[in-house]
Amino acid sequence: MSVPALDVERISKSFGALRVTRSVSLALAPGARHALIGPNGAGKTTLVNLISGLLQPSEGAIRLDGVDVTAMPPERRVGLGLARTFQISSLFPLLSVAENVALALAARFGTDRRFWGSVRARPELVDGAAALLESLGLLALAPRPIADLPYGQRRLVEIALVLALEPKTLLLDEPAAGLASSDRVVLLDLLLRLPPSLTILVIEHDMSLVFRLAARISVLVEGAVLVEGTPAEIRADSRVRDVYLGTRSHA
Amino acid sequence: MTPASGSRAAIRDAFSRHPLSWIDTLPWVATVALYFAANDYLPLGTQVMINIIFALALDLALGYGGVATLGHAAFFGIGAYAAGLYATYVTGEPISGLVVAAAAGGIGGLMAGPLILRTRGLTLVMLTLAIATLLHELANTFPSVTGGANGLFGYEIQPLLGRFQFDLAGRTAYWYGAGVMAVIYFLSKALVNSPFGLAVKGIRENPVRMRMLGVPVTRRLVALYAVSGAFAAVAGALSAQVTKLVGLDSLTFTVSGNVLVMLILGGTGSLYGAFLGAFVFVVLSDRAAAFDPFHWLFAIGIVLILAVRYAPQGLVGVVETVAARVRPRRSPS
Repeated sequence: MSVPALDVERISKSFGALRVTRSVSLALAPGARHALIGPNGAGKTTLVNLISGLLQPSEGAIRLDGVDVTAMPPERRVGLGLARTFQISSLFPLLSVAENVALALAARFGTDRRFWGSVRARPELVDGAAALLESLGLLALAPRPIADLPYGQRRLVEIALVLALEPKTLLLDEPAAGLASSDRVVLLDLLLRLPPSLTILVIEHDMSLVFRLAARISVLVEGAVLVEGTPAEIRADSRVRDVYLGTRSHA
Repeated sequence: MTPASGSRAAIRDAFSRHPLSWIDTLPWVATVALYFAANDYLPLGTQVMINIIFALALDLALGYGGVATLGHAAFFGIGAYAAGLYATYVTGEPISGLVVAAAAGGIGGLMAGPLILRTRGLTLVMLTLAIATLLHELANTFPSVTGGANGLFGYEIQPLLGRFQFDLAGRTAYWYGAGVMAVIYFLSKALVNSPFGLAVKGIRENPVRMRMLGVPVTRRLVALYAVSGAFAAVAGALSAQVTKLVGLDSLTFTVSGNVLVMLILGGTGSLYGAFLGAFVFVVLSDRAAAFDPFHWLFAIGIVLILAVRYAPQGLVGVVETVAARVRPRRSPS
């Protein structure tokens, strides 16, 4: 097997006596579509924070394309091709949609340290933002400040922001959380059109979205992986039904 | 993938910028008008300009980068002492004195920044305050260098550009201040329009997201803090050169507090607020003190209370509200 794009090896995280993550292992091959599900409080977001570097694991190792990033600050992990979205929209509320995307582009091209020359004169920012927003059908929103946008559109802009980074591995923390069903359709459509080489780990509560997007699913319960398998296997697993799907599968 | 030129134009318009407009001519029109209309007040006008430069420096750090500081007197004082010492021991040539002071302020920012800019909010406020207090005590402890409580004085400033003697009426100082103010203003404007300027606005809005875009947030803030420190030092140096005196009071909390009041009174994050705030604050202080030398702070206090109550966005906010009513549909900036 080739080197996994994302390799999480037996990581644990404790806050005092509370063990939030218990010896979790995940291996995502390049281009994998992997979903992480589990009841509230299972430690899903903590795991994303550990992988992205906002939290340090107490034990274990995290590797990106074989590179050990366990001790790296988050911004260097981004440099290695890791990007993430947040469960609660995390954008720049007073800046326009175009500026939000331009911030991501500037970060990728390393132009954000330039003191000279107008932002408007930087082709990688202007053309990059135009091409990206055009391809996502968001061009009309370009001048609007984020604070003016309805929630569904903010979620799409958030996807645009991480795509601007051209990541190799993408962590999506509940991308559909709080979305109306019509917005969910738009989002799923967008996610299904992402380049197949992109490795994706998605946390999601919306089972129809998970089953359509992911080829493999891990079920996290009380900080530990209960079971990992294909969607069909997860559906058939009685333990999963008990802890998680049981109340929802007939919805 | 190349986007259509129409979408490119749409994106360009969606990037806000600090525009070059007729508003930019106002300070210079006022500068020229004051020179002819109120010749006796040129030293006061120079004080206004020094404080505008200082407030511009603070606006870069606070208004654009969200760096909460109550210690910007540290940089003002560094600049003032650097210019005073340079004039005492090296040469009284004024422009090189400003450059030396700016470098000293920038280095100060580069040294203090990495220590304090990992923190935010109240912790950062306390740390900036502590650094300014520390410098004040240092200046007090080494009178052989700083003149201690007596301050630095007795140095000569050579004619500007080798031609214009600094006169008692303060004419040369006035135009010198105006020129330096112009340079600092246009440098600040270029900075906030640059990709770096956009990045610091992003850090102000959402530092965690910036980190997750791969931006070394602390390093960017240190760079911003150093630029702000250099500009604040220029203000201090200008003060040292035109008053020919550097006192310990240039490092006091009052100086840090006053510039913050000026900026908040004028409005943060627009550069224009520095002009309005410094002008109103300095002129009001002077007139109130002339009217009642004992209770003049009341006037400042009352204006501040009114401003906080009725103009939370500062005087710039008031002007914008009025302008929006006069001209209802303006393109968003």
